[in-house]
Amino acid sequence: MGEAKRINTGTHFMMGNQACVEGVIAAGCGFAAGYPITPASEVFNFLCRQMPKAGGTLLQTEDEISAVCSAIGASWAGLKSMTVTSGPGISLMQENIGMAVATETPLVIVDVQRLGPSTGVPSVGLAGDMVQVARGSHGDYQIVAICPESPQEMFDMTVKAFNLAEEYRVPVFVMAEGFVGHMRERVVIPDESEIKLVRRKIAEGGVPLTRCDFLDPDVAPMPIFGRGLKAHVTSSCHDEHGSRNLSDPDVMHRYIMKPIEKILKKRDRIVEVEADYEGAKLVLISYGAVSRSSRQAVAMARAEGLKVGTLRLKTAWPFPDKEVRTAAESADFILVLENNTGQMYPYIKAESAHACKTLFLGPQLLGQIHDPQYILAKIREILK
Amino acid sequence: MSEKIHPLKKHMRPEVKKTTFCPGCGAGIITQALLRAIDELGLTMDDCVFVSGIGCSAWIPSPLLNVDTLHTTHGRPIAYASGVKLGLPDKHVIVVSGDGDLSAIGGNHLIHAARRNIDLTVILVNNGIYGMTGGQTAPTTPHGLTTITSPYGNVEHEFDIARLVTAAGGSYVARWTAYHPRQLTKSIKKGLQKKGFAMIEVISQCPVQFGRASKQGSAVNMLKNYKQNGVRIEKAAKMEAAELQGKIVEGEFADLDKPELVASCAAALQARMGGNK
Repeated sequence: MGEAKRINTGTHFMMGNQACVEGVIAAGCGFAAGYPITPASEVFNFLCRQMPKAGGTLLQTEDEISAVCSAIGASWAGLKSMTVTSGPGISLMQENIGMAVATETPLVIVDVQRLGPSTGVPSVGLAGDMVQVARGSHGDYQIVAICPESPQEMFDMTVKAFNLAEEYRVPVFVMAEGFVGHMRERVVIPDESEIKLVRRKIAEGGVPLTRCDFLDPDVAPMPIFGRGLKAHVTSSCHDEHGSRNLSDPDVMHRYIMKPIEKILKKRDRIVEVEADYEGAKLVLISYGAVSRSSRQAVAMARAEGLKVGTLRLKTAWPFPDKEVRTAAESADFILVLENNTGQMYPYIKAESAHACKTLFLGPQLLGQIHDPQYILAKIREILK
Repeated sequence: MSEKIHPLKKHMRPEVKKTTFCPGCGAGIITQALLRAIDELGLTMDDCVFVSGIGCSAWIPSPLLNVDTLHTTHGRPIAYASGVKLGLPDKHVIVVSGDGDLSAIGGNHLIHAARRNIDLTVILVNNGIYGMTGGQTAPTTPHGLTTITSPYGNVEHEFDIARLVTAAGGSYVARWTAYHPRQLTKSIKKGLQKKGFAMIEVISQCPVQFGRASKQGSAVNMLKNYKQNGVRIEKAAKMEAAELQGKIVEGEFADLDKPELVASCAAALQARMGGNK
């Protein structure tokens, strides 16, 4: 009897949340923890069925705090590790997202965002967590966040998120929204041999005092548990060896700065955008599901002879500052489209306002997908 | 002249030259009991992973012990330890933390880990007060006691943690005081050997905060009180509630054999994979 295929290679008609699960399996994730929450529930539901067959372990926890903590613990046990939730769960996880940053733990967090604030509307997508994933835990830090716009990207970006987490020892967020999570579309899953996977570097031998386990801008090999490495891992301020240090101002400075430098140093390798604005007077900047409406509106506007283009932020964090600046310096207008009240808008404006007029357009009603006709009307108004 | 070296010094991180414990603290007794238990079972430190939270007793493993240690955020060590254990099923995953960390902010994780019966060994050091932050009322502070946050007397009631964890489903639950290092060592050994959730609560003296608040004063005095007020659980079962007022019920609260989480996950997986052939 032939061996069952580990991954679901082929062409499928699939829900975004299911495509995410296929990505988790394809990435070789060893541990997933979760707590039921709409509109992310399907991810953990499907994982519970599929992951044990792929040799992975699951834990349905008592809350999202426990979910993120156990995922970080499993990552230190050496497993590729993840959790999945929506806005309220991210809010609960925040303190321990800081722990993952401080201890430089590879971790994937899938956030299928929903309408807030508070309990809000569970089943309506709204990109409400764009800033809280980057700035919501206390202190200064840098994470990675990427924004899928389709079920296909729910697969591709989930695999990519694991690769980034493993390579840079950092929490990586897949910033889906209810729309993308529940959207059903064609998803192509390549052959296993065509999927590039990254594994973290692991520390070898020696005692912690002779090893540099932390605070290396070039990413220190991780002293994972169970190998006799006697790793000293602490959430508190620590030096390169992991030794807790609450008195030396120089160590405090490095404890904050080095993990930030680690990501910013490699930002050119991490940041991805999709640019289509050559010769455009007006550039529409968007991310996630809104990008689909943006492209449609631009196609209609171009058919009318209007000089418009698009810049899609596939990466939200680290913020694509250079890419926004380049677009702004080539155009007369920037129009920022977001399905919220303008969470990324101030960051975009900070990079563009010196060069061109920068405007914001939320959806016609918050929680609704931008109607391309509604965007087109705005394009005409700006360029008239 | 050869230098005398403590037989348990081998388990300390060589770079750590001092502890952060106040004079008279019970943490030293508990550390010794824990390390003796590991030694007497013939285990090495490499057979273990330690996880701790925030508070004085959480600083027993981190940075003192020369072993893989994960020193986590406040209240969450059991949640972190659950992930470590599921990733490294063959290791003894040991949580050392305080009553505030594990029963107040982390209370939910404590009862759910007991309910799941995941194979962790939790040493819960109960000093009846928040020591590190300056002597605030904890869920374990006796009713009526005056502390810095209950200056007119504590109006709340205290947790009976050993009974709480027993009711939640822990496989092995014991309570001793720092006056009972031998019984404590024996219970830690049983906890380490138990396939399932084991919690050993240790009532431990904090002369600086609890001693001052309760006017018991010195560590020696507090240990004497533990000796005088201790009642074995078997004897306590035959006593009236009024007689037990102010007593510390000690001994084994639970010693059960029932399916453990990590083993159950592995068995279910094997059954399913076998069935798929």
